[in-house]
Amino acid sequence: MRRVRIKDEHLEQQIFMQRSAIAAFMALALMLLLAGRAFWLQVLQHEYYAELSQGNRARIEPLPPNRGIVYDRSGRVIAENTPAYQLELVREQTGGLEEILAQLTNFGLLERDDLDRVRQLVQLRRSFEAVPIRLQLDDELVARFAVHRHELPGVSLATRMARHYPFGATGAHALGYVGAISEDDLARIDMERYFGTGVVGKTGIERAYEDDLLGTSGYREVLVNAEGRSVESIKGMTGQLRSRQPRAGRDLRLTLDIELQRVAEKAMAGRRGAVVAIDPSNGDVLVLASLPSFDPNGFARGISRRDYLALTEDPDQPLFNRVLRGTYPPGSTVKPLMALAGLEYEIVDPNDKIYCTGHYSLPNSRHRYRDWKRQGHGAVDMRSAVMQSCDVYFYRLANTMGIGRIHEVMSKIGFGAPTGIDIGGERGGIMPSPQWKKLAFKEQAQQVWFPGETVILGIGQGYWTATPLQLATATALLATRGRHFRPRLVRALVDPVTSAVEERPPRPLPRINLNDQANWEIIVNAMVAVTSGPRGTAVHASRGAAYSIAGKTGTAQVFSVGQTEDYDESKIAERLRDHALFVAFAPAEAPKLVIAVLVENGGHGSSAAAPIARAVFDAYLTPGAG
Amino acid sequence: MYEELGASRTRRTMTATTRLMRSMHLDGMLLAGVAAVGIFGLIVLYSAAGDNTALWLAQVLRFGISIAVMIAIAQVPNHFIRMAAPVAYLLGLILLAVVAVAGDIGKGAQRWLDIGFVRFQPSEIMKLAVPMLCAWYLHQRPLPPSLWNVGVVLVIILVPAMLIAEQPDLGTALLVAAAGLLVLVLGGLPWFYLAGGLVATGATVPLIWMLMHDYQRQRVLTLLDPQSDALGAGYHIIQSQIAIGSGGVFGKGWTNGSQAQLEFLPERSTDFIFAVIGEEFGLLGMLALLAGYLFLIGRAMYMSTQCRDAFTRLVSGSIALTLFVYVFVNAGMVTGLLPVVGVPLPLVSYGGTSLVTLMAGFGILMSLYSSRKLLAP
Repeated sequence: MRRVRIKDEHLEQQIFMQRSAIAAFMALALMLLLAGRAFWLQVLQHEYYAELSQGNRARIEPLPPNRGIVYDRSGRVIAENTPAYQLELVREQTGGLEEILAQLTNFGLLERDDLDRVRQLVQLRRSFEAVPIRLQLDDELVARFAVHRHELPGVSLATRMARHYPFGATGAHALGYVGAISEDDLARIDMERYFGTGVVGKTGIERAYEDDLLGTSGYREVLVNAEGRSVESIKGMTGQLRSRQPRAGRDLRLTLDIELQRVAEKAMAGRRGAVVAIDPSNGDVLVLASLPSFDPNGFARGISRRDYLALTEDPDQPLFNRVLRGTYPPGSTVKPLMALAGLEYEIVDPNDKIYCTGHYSLPNSRHRYRDWKRQGHGAVDMRSAVMQSCDVYFYRLANTMGIGRIHEVMSKIGFGAPTGIDIGGERGGIMPSPQWKKLAFKEQAQQVWFPGETVILGIGQGYWTATPLQLATATALLATRGRHFRPRLVRALVDPVTSAVEERPPRPLPRINLNDQANWEIIVNAMVAVTSGPRGTAVHASRGAAYSIAGKTGTAQVFSVGQTEDYDESKIAERLRDHALFVAFAPAEAPKLVIAVLVENGGHGSSAAAPIARAVFDAYLTPGAG
Repeated sequence: MYEELGASRTRRTMTATTRLMRSMHLDGMLLAGVAAVGIFGLIVLYSAAGDNTALWLAQVLRFGISIAVMIAIAQVPNHFIRMAAPVAYLLGLILLAVVAVAGDIGKGAQRWLDIGFVRFQPSEIMKLAVPMLCAWYLHQRPLPPSLWNVGVVLVIILVPAMLIAEQPDLGTALLVAAAGLLVLVLGGLPWFYLAGGLVATGATVPLIWMLMHDYQRQRVLTLLDPQSDALGAGYHIIQSQIAIGSGGVFGKGWTNGSQAQLEFLPERSTDFIFAVIGEEFGLLGMLALLAGYLFLIGRAMYMSTQCRDAFTRLVSGSIALTLFVYVFVNAGMVTGLLPVVGVPLPLVSYGGTSLVTLMAGFGILMSLYSSRKLLAP
């Protein structure tokens, strides 16, 4: 049975008062919770959210730095930044994509084959974004666009800075080039520094001095809405946008003489080979030529796959830096150094004569080491042995000296190790020794050092290989009488903003002191005789020079001739012909320039290599004369 | 001398104003609070609307209309309001049914009813009709309510709430249910019923989960981990918190909130306008607004305690506390404390129907309060 209750006004009011008090208390507590939440978000987490908000509204646009400019030794610009033009299209500004594309093809601004690619590109981007539809417009296309601009709404010309090498292929192997950042590059560079840049030095100076040339990229924040569309200043918001100015990279002043480089490359034109010219007084590399060369501008603008393949598959290997990476048997160019070593070890007296019969044999052996002159040179002392490049004299000398001493002295001179020039990729060649042979060969039978291998080192053959740069450096040793320098390409770095100059001092190589200083002159005189003596091998190429040249020719065998065969140039395929070499310095008494020349498969050093050196000497020492 | 004169003149003016207010059945403090919060809301809306000045002007007009509605309803006599309760409730139910049927035909969410010159949501009527009918029912019965009466009231609440939830409009359904339940609580619902109800609700959570629409489930999940769907359902919560957090103590300045002005903040003039306040007016702006609401709620609560009969007490108390629920649900959602449910910020969010309902509530409050005063000696 239900209990009957009646309304009790007093009780009800009491209950209500109690309940509303509790409710009011809870409401107050929850309001405080809200206030606490606001405090958490706006005070304690403020910086975090402020950053997110900035990231939301601001799109960061890169301001790429200007890459440092490269000057040759007389201040001629050899690498610079020039504007490159590209066509860009903003879809929403065009009357209709297809109409515009048809117009562009009509005016010859787009190729028909490109249309599908462009359509795809445009569809991928948002309608208000500028899409590059054609890169690298040449002057003619730029002019054509200017004429038709009013008929092409939504299409515009955009400029970016691109690397330009005004001298093209001249000096390309010293300068190197920049190219699009590849996956391999990512491993060695800090991508953050390349914000908005996209290219990196790939070889040569461009690579070795990348850090200095690059500079520091800047940025600016652009106000964008939630769609990502950039909005012009809305009321008071632009003031909170940040930016940082880019800082240009440092300019380089090279030791290279681009005009002399041109002379050298012209003299070598049509051949494969290398020319290095060094100022012996400080190691400045004036010429670093490797031929055939290539146009680095192609890489800087973005090279097509076809052009790249053409370069890499060319049998003449235009991309191969023969000066730094080509290792060749030094041939007879080492004879003055061998003679110097013989004098220092007091193995020979310069006036002692030996009789050259045209061949040399080790005791108890019938094997004949042949002289290049079949009938022999007759009686030769040291001077005439160098002058005529008598092989027998040096076979004998090498055998007497022994491999231990040859290896010791030639290593000291720098063979078998890179010279340490200030660009990378250099090879060290081989200065052989019994130890080297043990490491170089796997089979025990091949690891034995034979006496005959010592003999042929006397004329720079056998396992001995050297780069043209090493030959030039070794020649500089003779030119400076023991005070030569490490070769270098950069003399100074200049900050384009502050004009602060950082000079790079010449780096001396360990000084070579002789027991008898007079020995220097004996060798230098013998080398002068090479260019001026009665039967000097480079007399022809040196005739009429206004200065004295100390030189040495060399001929490096590419393949060995049989014991009884004659070497007949005309019958041997071009690729198997000997390499022609010539090392020299002039003026002999006070050298200003050291040159090493190598002509691949050029035949004789006297006829193929020496004239090239002569052309460079003339251009440098007697400018205006020819 | 002048000071005394000034003071007495002020007192005289106050008295005159009070007399005018009383004759118009208005409560000065409540009116001042509503005006302060409403004007602040219009200032914020001007910024949140961006270039859309027409939208802002429309809201100014609605604000004016709803003030007029409030004043008009304040004139309605106490007993008439009590009699209107079952009528409003029945009318609301019928309209909800009409909307549901129309929605079935229209194949989709249907909340609006277009009666030619005006479009409105029938669910809005229920925000007032449900607590009124609950109070009307309990008014005639002894309190605290018996188990039977609690059951009847629950039916009164749940029928419209479920119809609204089916539209689907979970936010309004919850607010309608909350308004009715508050009447029960204020009426003296025994604590153990309340506790039992909470336990029962907890037990039905899995069932509710199963009945929820996918997007509703997603909103709950998103609250727990907004980053899981940063560009989808989590986007609202993340952008809203960025807006508030980046405002700091003093805010970025009026019309200078980049989150709001650059359209990163969705629903910036409606459900998420609280975030615009946080961004442009900072912590100080948010606290000021919360203080304004607290004042309004406090004043309304005080007014309800002055009422002399169960109906007026329960209705005014429910209206006062419902205001708090609106504020808390919206602010909690915008600051990331509660899941995203479509509840506008009272007096500030753009929108006509909810504003009119709210002001009508205040009108009822004033009417009940003034009638009690008239009864007093």
